[in-house]
This record gives sequence, structure tokens and C-alpha cells, in this order.
Amino acid sequence: MELYELDILQAHQGLVKKEFSASELVKSFLGKIRETDKKISAFLTITKKEALLTAKKIDGLIASGQEIPVLAGIPIAIKDNILTEGVRTTCASKILENYIASYDATSVKKLKELGAIIIGKTNLDEFAMGASTENSAFFPTKNPYDPTRVAGGSSGGSAAAVASNMCVYALGSDTGGSIRQPASFCGVVSLKPTYGAVSRYGLVAFASSLDQIGPLTKTVDDSKIVFNAIRGWDRMDSTSVKSRIKNYELRIKNLKIGIPKEYFVKGIEPGVERVIKKTIKKAEELGVKIEEISLPNTKYALPAYYLIATSEASANLARYDGIRYSKVKREQVDQKETNSSPGTFPGRGGAKVKNLLDYYLTIRGNGFGKEVKRRIMLGAYSLSAGYYDAYYLKAEKTRTLIKNDFDKAFSKVDVIFTPVAPTAAFKIGEKTKDPLSMYLADVFTVSASLAGLPAVSVPVGFTRNLPVGLQIIGKPFEENTILEIGSRIFKKK
Amino acid sequence: MITKKEVQRIAKLARLGITKKEEEMFQKELSSILDYFIFLKKADTSLVEPTFRPSEYFLKEEFGKTREDRQETQPAEKINKLRDAFPEKEKDYLKVKSIL
Repeated sequence: MELYELDILQAHQGLVKKEFSASELVKSFLGKIRETDKKISAFLTITKKEALLTAKKIDGLIASGQEIPVLAGIPIAIKDNILTEGVRTTCASKILENYIASYDATSVKKLKELGAIIIGKTNLDEFAMGASTENSAFFPTKNPYDPTRVAGGSSGGSAAAVASNMCVYALGSDTGGSIRQPASFCGVVSLKPTYGAVSRYGLVAFASSLDQIGPLTKTVDDSKIVFNAIRGWDRMDSTSVKSRIKNYELRIKNLKIGIPKEYFVKGIEPGVERVIKKTIKKAEELGVKIEEISLPNTKYALPAYYLIATSEASANLARYDGIRYSKVKREQVDQKETNSSPGTFPGRGGAKVKNLLDYYLTIRGNGFGKEVKRRIMLGAYSLSAGYYDAYYLKAEKTRTLIKNDFDKAFSKVDVIFTPVAPTAAFKIGEKTKDPLSMYLADVFTVSASLAGLPAVSVPVGFTRNLPVGLQIIGKPFEENTILEIGSRIFKKK
Repeated sequence: MITKKEVQRIAKLARLGITKKEEEMFQKELSSILDYFIFLKKADTSLVEPTFRPSEYFLKEEFGKTREDRQETQPAEKINKLRDAFPEKEKDYLKVKSIL
């Protein structure tokens, strides 16, 4: 077994027993990245120097006989919308191409304090907006199971890096499925925590009422370790809460699992349905009770999610004005569009940038990619006078219906099983022409996001040689329950 | 169908400079997305209040507690790092284009 194949617990054991050093572990991953990332394109930045330096420190601790935390010396990759002090944090956007983070995100700070070794920053859909990582301004990330297919998104770089052994584990962010769906496409375990369980401080905001940071790992136990390391109240995030995670022995025998009929309808790939149904049978053999339930407002979740997420995004992304977060390349101000008629604004039709408004229009028009602009437009539209009630407010009211559906279901069952996505990984380029078809890739993950519920994605089988993930949705702050059930069902390949 | 004029109005509101080509593209795409989303109308929301944040419900007692509003001194190193990110500056000031 190569060092880069180890999970967190195995690597920790090896370090403690002095079978290998943290430096050797890091070098093994750097070698693996050099060999593999040409094919996969999971990383935007490799932090080789810093990683080797931290490894040396950890080796010193071990040599001096000190007890080390379980995450000490273990290489992690961080999604590039999570701030890492002194390291480029781009959000896979041209507008932040040269931005060096001024401070660490709280989750990163906590991991660093435990001795974690950051090995690099991973690719994503620009500002986490997408379901395939094809919206990265730099390059798409490929699926390790089939490089002609997408890694999923928006945490595609993190998922692909874990799946192809280029790091032991990774952090991602999830707004409407951005951790769970790429984990499913790449065959790794992931957790989207309850809204408020993990601090969002230092996570570049996309949709603030939905965003959560969570782990992508090789095993369910690893997800539990990382979640416990990053969760908790943070004075820098007013929506974070004091830990109320219950630790208890789970009695699987009495557990009731709900299967919502609305998630097994036309449009789901037959191979995916087969794998999920087989997994439900397997769970039944563990002694749990299976119950069919109904979440009748599921069909409204997708439009409600997209209206809310884009509205919040249009406000959050207003801060990128080209005058605060590093230099935006000169050509982005002066660039001339060759085949466009005189632009509706200066700067892109050849006219001179005269004042601050011209500058904003030009910097933002050139600096944001197509999907980001599309979402800002959509959000600004649904928030604008005359449309606010029909779109934005209607969506927020519908969110209550979806939340009520879950409340009702959870009065009868303990957890809910669904597929993570209606299909396995799709082809690169397959959905880029039709934005709506890309949005539909999130159809099974957005409901838990709207209701703020925790959900894990666990690999449970294959269809056409591509991984399929099971989504386990739990009650608020019952991460331990869904992880425990996940670990009983999950078998490491 | 959204009109071109509406697309221009929204783009200006959002401070996005768009080309003629993008104007056409967004007109088509936003129209088809909004056409699809409009079936949200059918959801009966007459009896419910909006949920702006999910935690409003399950975290009633501690939701929205804000920090005391007072000045906090930050280390010079942190301030310098934020200043380093200014694309243009004069001494310690951020330099921007004139507003008018």
C-alpha cells in the first residue's frame, strides 16, 4: 500500500508508530499530484513549500515524544473559495485571480491549530456556482473514474483530489449540493452540516442563508473526525451556534428510515435507482424499519432554491468592484471585444473608462464569467421593484412549505434516504449549452439546503462503472446519527 | 419574454457591463429560466410566513445574536495585509476613479 492511499486514521497510526514521517507522507502526496493532476486538473494552487515546512514541525513534535492530534501531519486540500492566509484564493474567478487571502477562515484556522497540512487549493465552479466545475474560469476538473466526464460541482476539485489520492481529505462548501453531488460523482464520502453548525467566517459568500463548509473524505469515520474538528460557535459568524451535537450510542434496530416517493420519479437514471433500492434492502437487513413517506412540496424546491440563491448572490457579489481585492489585470479594463457592436457601456466597445461607474461596469463585465453574470442578473431581477413579491418573497414562503414537509416527516421517521443526484457523472460539455439542464442536476440536494438540514453523501455502488451516492438527510444537529448509519452501509472499496 | 430594455435595466442595477451579444443571450436564457420557475405560483403559500434563514426556526432562542457594537483594535499586521490587497493606493489611502 502506498502512503497516499491511507485514510486519516491509518495515516495517524503510521505517524504515531513512526512507520513513516509527516515529511514522507507529504512527499508521497506531492509525487502523486505531479503524476496525476495533469489528467484530473483538481488543483489551482499547490502549497508545496508551506506543506513541507509544517511537516517538519510535526515531525519534530513526534520525535520529542509529544502526543499529536489525529489530524496532525495529515495532508488536506482546501476548496479555493475558503480563505487561507498568505495563499492565493481565487474562487476560480478572473476577478480574484491575484487575490492573496489576508486571514484564515475559521475552519482552516481550527485545522491548522490541530497540525493539519494544507497541500493545495482546489478547483471549483466560479464562486461555487455550478454542478460540474466547468464554470471555473481556469479549466474544468475531470472525473477520476472517466476523464471524459465531469467531477461534479461546485466542489469538483476537492472531490476529485480525494478520489484520486492527491490528498487524504478535503474541505468543500455546499450551497445547494456542492459538496454532496461531486462526492457522489467521484465516489467519496461527504457531509453537509446543519446550517449554523460550522462557522462560515472566511468562506467567500455565495448565498449566505444556505452556505455551509463540510468535509470530503475516504471513509465515514474520517468525515466524523473532520466535522468534529471544524464545528462550533464562532464570534465572527452570527449564524453559527454553540455545539449541540449529541453523542450517543445509536441503536440501529429501532431506527425508522423514510423513503420519500417524490425522489423516485421519471427522470432518474434506472441504474441509479437500482443501486439505491438495493441499498435500502441492505439497510433493512440491518434491522431498521423502512417507511414510505411523502414530501409533497419537493417539486417547488428547485425554483425556490434558484431564486433565493441568486438573489443572495447578487447582493453578496456586489463587493467585487475591482478596487479592494487585489489588482485586476489591466487588459480587463482596456480589453476590446472584437465582434461586438459598440457596447452598451464604455470599456468593451472601445470607449474610454471615464468615471467610477464606467470602471465598475467594465471590471465586473469582464471579470465575471457567464454563469456568475447570469445568476447575478437573475437575482437582481427577482429582487427588483415589481418582481420581488412574485419571485423572491414567493420563494422564501415556499421554503417554509418545504421545511414543514420535513418537520412532518421527521415526526414519523428518524432519517431520510434519497439518491444524491438523478444521474451518475455526465459528459464534459453535455449540459453547458442549457443552463436549466445544469440546474436540474441539483434537484435532489436543494431541499435539505433550503431547510438547513444535515445530509451525508455515501458511495453505495456503481452504474456503468460510475459511482452512485446515497443521501442520508437527518434532523437538525443530528450529524452523528446520519454518519453512524452511513458507516454501517458504507463499505470501503 | 423579458424585453431587451429590462435586460439593460437589470444589468445596470447589478453594475454589470454587458455586450450586445450578451444582451441577446441573457434575454433568451433568463426568459426560459423564469418561464420554468413560474410554476412556483401553484404552491399554496397563503397560510405561511417566509423563512429567510432556516435556523430562525430550530434556533429560535439564540438566532441573530450580534456582537456588541464597539470598536475593536486589530493588529497592524492584519491591517497591512488588507491594505496590501488595494490595487491602487496613495500612502495608506485606497485610490479610486472620480465618481463624476
